[in-house]
Amino acid sequence: MTHDEPVLQVRDLVKHFPLTQGVVFKRRIGEIKAVDGVSFDLNRGETLGIVGESGCGKSTLAKLMMALERPTAGQILFEGTDITQLKGKTLKAMRRKVQMVMQDPYTSLNPRMTVGDIVGEPFQIHPEVAPKGSRKQKVRELLDVVGLDPDHINRYPHQFSGGQRQRIGIARGLALRPDVIVCDEPVSALDVSIQAQVINLLEGLQDEFNLSYIFIAHDLSIVRHIADRVAVMYLGKLVEVGSDAEIYESPTHPYTQALLSAVPVPDPEGRESRERITLQGDPPSPANPPSGCSFRTRCWKAQDVCASEVPELEPRAAAPHPSRCHFAEVHDVVHAS
Amino acid sequence: MAEVAHQADVTEVGYQAGPLLEVDNLHVEFPTRDGIARAVNGVSYSLEQGKTLAVLGESGSGKSVTAQVIMGILDEPGHVSAGEVRFQGRNLLTMSEKERRPLRGNKIAMIFQDALSSLNPVFTVGWQIAEMFRVHQGLTRREAKQKAIEMMDRVRLPAAKNRYNDYPHQFSGGMRQRIMIAMAIALGPDVLIADEPTTALDVTVQAQIMGLLHDLQRESNMGLILITHDLGVVADVADDIAVMYAGRIVEHAPVHDIYRAPAHPYTKGLIESIPRVDLKGQELHAIKGLPPNLLRMPSGCAFHPRCPYRTDQCMTDTPPLYDVGGTRHSACHHWTEVIDDAR
Repeated sequence: MTHDEPVLQVRDLVKHFPLTQGVVFKRRIGEIKAVDGVSFDLNRGETLGIVGESGCGKSTLAKLMMALERPTAGQILFEGTDITQLKGKTLKAMRRKVQMVMQDPYTSLNPRMTVGDIVGEPFQIHPEVAPKGSRKQKVRELLDVVGLDPDHINRYPHQFSGGQRQRIGIARGLALRPDVIVCDEPVSALDVSIQAQVINLLEGLQDEFNLSYIFIAHDLSIVRHIADRVAVMYLGKLVEVGSDAEIYESPTHPYTQALLSAVPVPDPEGRESRERITLQGDPPSPANPPSGCSFRTRCWKAQDVCASEVPELEPRAAAPHPSRCHFAEVHDVVHAS
Repeated sequence: MAEVAHQADVTEVGYQAGPLLEVDNLHVEFPTRDGIARAVNGVSYSLEQGKTLAVLGESGSGKSVTAQVIMGILDEPGHVSAGEVRFQGRNLLTMSEKERRPLRGNKIAMIFQDALSSLNPVFTVGWQIAEMFRVHQGLTRREAKQKAIEMMDRVRLPAAKNRYNDYPHQFSGGMRQRIMIAMAIALGPDVLIADEPTTALDVTVQAQIMGLLHDLQRESNMGLILITHDLGVVADVADDIAVMYAGRIVEHAPVHDIYRAPAHPYTKGLIESIPRVDLKGQELHAIKGLPPNLLRMPSGCAFHPRCPYRTDQCMTDTPPLYDVGGTRHSACHHWTEVIDDAR
C-alpha cells in the first residue's frame, strides 16, 4: 500500500440543514449543524475509520463525499479538483470514482431487479466503462470476485441471505473500478458469524484493487481491525484523529476515552475491576450545541474555559496527536495491548 | 434472615427445591406454506434467583421464540409441540390464560429491543407506567401516579416529576428503554427477560442501560434472562451462557469457561471471529457458510456443513448435550478435541 498522495482532501466542510416552522409562511427558526468544520486527508490504499454515536453527522459526511448533498461551506478535493463545484458531465464522471456500500442490504437492493441487473446498472449509467457486449461477462467476474456464484446472475435479492446481499452491494460498488469506497456501517446489519466474512472480503479487495475506504461504523473493535487511521466525531466535529494505535492505546480526548471504556470487552476476566467511564445523559441536539467545546456538558474535566473557547483540533504538550480538548491528555482506558 | 424485602411476595414460596424458572425440552413449530419450520428443538435451561443467564445466538436461532413462550406471547401460527416451562415448579404451558395473566408483569416481565414501537404513542409515559399499578394492584389514579414517578426515579430518568406527562416521542432512545425497564420492574417481578435490550442503542447509552439493569437486579434479587448476539455484553454481565444454534442449545456453561476454552466449534468460531489487537492486518477467522434454513435442516448435527471438526458421524447422528465436566455441556461429538485446541 502506498500512503503518500492524498486521493481525497476534505477542507473545513460544513453542512447546515435549515429548521423551519409554519406551513404557508416557512420561517427559518434555526439550523441543524450536522457537519460543522471537518477536515481530513485520505491517502491512496488507506482506510480511514470514522466513529461516533448516532446523530453525530457521520452519514451526512458520507453523503457529502458522494456529492449527494451540497455542502454549506468548505471543499472536497478529489485528486485536486473540488467536487462541490462540479456540475453536469464533469460531476457524472467524478461519481465513477467514488462509490458507496450501504448499511442495510435489505432495503438498498431493488427487489424487482435481478442480481445481474443490479450489479450491471452502473455500466448503463457509465457506458464508457464497459461496451454493451462485454457487460454480462463483467458482471459474472464481479460476482466471482466478491465470492458469489456467477451462475446466480438471474436470481433476485430475496433469494440471498443478508451476508450474500451485502456482497451484491459490494460488487455494485466495485463495478466502475472506483478509487474510493465509502462504507456506511457495512456490517452492522449482519449476524456476528457473517460480519467477519464481509470484513475479510473488504480487506482482500482493498489489496487487490488498491482501494481507499472511508469506513463509517459504531463498532469500535471492527474499526480498529480494518482502519489505518481513525477519526472520532462528536456533534458534527472531529474531536480526535490519529493512527489506530494512537486512538485505541493512547486516547487523549475525554469523549474518545469514554467511548472506548463503554465498549464491552468480550472477555469476562477481570470484569469487576475494569475501568468504566459512564457518560451521563444524551448528546445535545445539533440544532442548539453548547457554546465553546460541544462535549463540555457531559465532560468530567470541563472548566470555565471550555464554555467560552472552542478548542482547536491540534496536538498539545500532553497529547501528541490532534485532539480537540483544552485538557487533552493521554490516558489508556482499555489496556488493550 | 429477612433481608430480602419482597413487598409483593406475600405468599413467600420459601425454600423450594429446584430453580426459579425452568425450560424443559421445549419444541416450537411454525407451520408455513413450504413445510414446518422447527424454530426451537428441545431447548432446556434453568434460571436461579439473582443470576443472569445469557442466551446467545444469531437471528433465527430460536432465542427470542423461547422467550416468547415463557411470557406466553408466542405469535400465531407458532405453537409449542412438546416440552414444559416451569415457574417455581408450576408448568406455565398447561395453565389457562386466566391463570397466566396475573403472573405476567407480577412474576415474569419482559423488555424488548425496540422501545419506541413497544410504547403506546398516544398515551403519556407516566400514564403507561401507572397503568401497571392500576390494573394489577387496583390502586387509585393518584396512588398509581405517585408509584409511577417513584419508578421513573428508580430507573434514573432525570426530572421524573416534570416528564410524567410527556409522550414517548419526546424521549431519546436510551430514555425510552429506561421507561420500558420501569414498566417491566414496576410490579417487582422475579424473572426479567431482556430481549436485545441495547441493540438499537449507542455504546455509551448501552453502558448506562446495562449498568442500570445490573443495579436493579442486585437490589431486588431478580433472575435475568439476557437475550443477545453481542459477545461483549455477555462477557460483561452474565453468570451462565446458553449458546443457541438452529433451535438447539449447543453449549451451556459458566461465563468464564466459555471464553477461556469453548467446547463447541460454533462457540469457538464466534469467539475467534471477534477482531483482536494482535490479529490486526490478518484475516479474521470467519465461520464459513451460512446459518441453516429452518425448513431444510441439515441431517445429524445442524452445524456440520460449517464445521471444521466434521466427521461422518456428525452427518447422521444428532449429538446430545454431552457433560463436559463441572456444570458445562456441549452438543458436539468431538468436544474433547475442540476444548483441547482452545487451551
